[in-house]
Amino acid sequence: MNKQSRFILAVLAFGYAFLYIPLVSVVVYSFNDSKLATVWGGFSTRWYGELFRNDQVLDAAFLSLRIAATSATFATILGTMAGLVLVRFGRFKGRTLFSGMITSPLVMPEVITGLSLLLFFVSLHGLIGWPGQRGFSTITIAHTTFSMAFVAVIIQSRLAAMDESLEEAAMDLGGHPLRVVFDITLPLIAPAMVAGWLLAFTLSLDDLVIASFVSGPGSSTLPMYIFSKVKLGVTPDINALASLFILIVVVGLIVAWMAMRKTQTR
Amino acid sequence: MTDPTKPADFIRIRNVSKHFGDFVAVDGVNLDIGKSELFSILGGSGCGKSTLLRMMAGFETPTSGTIEIDGVDVTNQPPYERPVNMMFQSYAIFPHMNVEKNIAYGLRKEGIAKQEIIKRVDDVVGLVQLGDFRKRRPDQLSGGQRQRVALARALIKRPKVLLLDEPLAALDKKLREHTQFELMNIQDELGVTFVVVTHDQEEAMTLSTRIAVMNEGRFLQVGTPKEIYEYPNSRFVADFIGTINTFEGTVSRIDDNAMSVDCPELGGDVRALIDDNTHVNVGQQVCIAVRPEKIFISFEEPEDHEGVRAHGVVDDFGYFGNLSLYRIRLESGRTIQVSWQNQRRSAKRFVEWEDKVWVSWRPRSAVVIKGES
Repeated sequence: MNKQSRFILAVLAFGYAFLYIPLVSVVVYSFNDSKLATVWGGFSTRWYGELFRNDQVLDAAFLSLRIAATSATFATILGTMAGLVLVRFGRFKGRTLFSGMITSPLVMPEVITGLSLLLFFVSLHGLIGWPGQRGFSTITIAHTTFSMAFVAVIIQSRLAAMDESLEEAAMDLGGHPLRVVFDITLPLIAPAMVAGWLLAFTLSLDDLVIASFVSGPGSSTLPMYIFSKVKLGVTPDINALASLFILIVVVGLIVAWMAMRKTQTR
Repeated sequence: MTDPTKPADFIRIRNVSKHFGDFVAVDGVNLDIGKSELFSILGGSGCGKSTLLRMMAGFETPTSGTIEIDGVDVTNQPPYERPVNMMFQSYAIFPHMNVEKNIAYGLRKEGIAKQEIIKRVDDVVGLVQLGDFRKRRPDQLSGGQRQRVALARALIKRPKVLLLDEPLAALDKKLREHTQFELMNIQDELGVTFVVVTHDQEEAMTLSTRIAVMNEGRFLQVGTPKEIYEYPNSRFVADFIGTINTFEGTVSRIDDNAMSVDCPELGGDVRALIDDNTHVNVGQQVCIAVRPEKIFISFEEPEDHEGVRAHGVVDDFGYFGNLSLYRIRLESGRTIQVSWQNQRRSAKRFVEWEDKVWVSWRPRSAVVIKGES
């Protein structure tokens, strides 16, 4: 091995170590037998067991999963519709503006998004009396609004790469435009929709800031629960919980990546 | 094949224009195409030929003008209601359906009974010889097979007109020649009117009953391949189709059926025929155009007194197997192209570089094109 490639390897190792050592340490300490989260006391899976006897954690996890699944579904539907219109319906007036506006939630600070949504829900409550209690529905709506932007971007790039004459051919063969969407367009962008759903799901599962703004009493998502617990000191069962989280996110990302790869090879 | 006595008005295109913002893609085109014709629209990229085809298919709406097919005004009909099908340049085979499903798609949208669909798929699969590939996925097909699927899928709808967008451009040369004749046979068998858009003049020449040469959104000439090749009506057409040598000149004398044109590049007066289409006056600017294969090369001065001749030296030549191409520099300094069939099998060259030769052609071999360059 020559000098240069050894150097490149070292740089690579350093970069990845920087990224992953914190995560690995969480996973390692989740198997720590000691009651002190930062002192090693031998291998054990007791904190996982304890975690599953903790109703508060389970409630929060269940709420998070419900919100993530629902908001990802809505985000996929809305994002796909937005992507379809922006790519396939020609150059209508203001298309560039819409195109830019759909991506702005990607770069908007979460604090701003959360604050504006909170203000929106409060004034909406003043106007029509809904939402009475902030919780599942408000967090779901909030998560849908920012994650549909991600879905729209994925769908847009997939559609732009897809040969438009496929849809034209279907129309030429007698398919009405709406039928063509179901016969041709949707089956061909389905992998991108799966990838979009999974991305929206993980984004929702991860989110702390926006959820904190728009949730009400008694409805804590898992990240909110962890955050509040950590303020009182790190306990080993949080390490176990974080490890499970990492597992779910990694699996979601791998499946999303595989779905995207499948679209590209098509 | 076209019957010249039959009126050529199965497709009637009247004053059709298409503007994209300030850009005029198609500019007031008129065209009549007869039933069962194999009509080609030939032009370079961006000449408006694809836009015209897309207007016939219904993917674009003309800015002005009308399109009639078989007596019905289809100008504003959407593509899924027109009695027209199109074969796309990319073939546009649905990647998530197998060959059979691709072909049957159009019939399923018509709501035709299953039994009937199966029968018609059988017929058309036989016609394009895809029997062994019915269950294949599109990514398991070669370029030629994909082309057949696209053709079958369009033909199964029994369209009144089949539009073909660069049908052979994606195939390699050998396959292209083979497919060309296959397309002609299928067209002949079914009697469907074919409208082909192509940039390949060779393809247009062999395929078509008639050709329209298009440039900058307008038709320059519409005619049979022979008319277009032998009697081009403009410099653009002459230049676009095949190779041609053109010489600018002034009409110096007019007789009953011939004229003399003073061409400085050919060293003086040359004779050319006057046919029905050429009405010229003395003093008019014209251009004498002659194809490379109509020019003879000889070492002796040709004796034909009417013939056009010029003296020059061999500048360069290329051997193409079936023919050789010579570039001869005339005394005026002008270089012309001459092609020569290699009829004899011989390793010896006919001429060498810097050989002094005569080039000549018969007056009726040249075409006179009016107008200044």
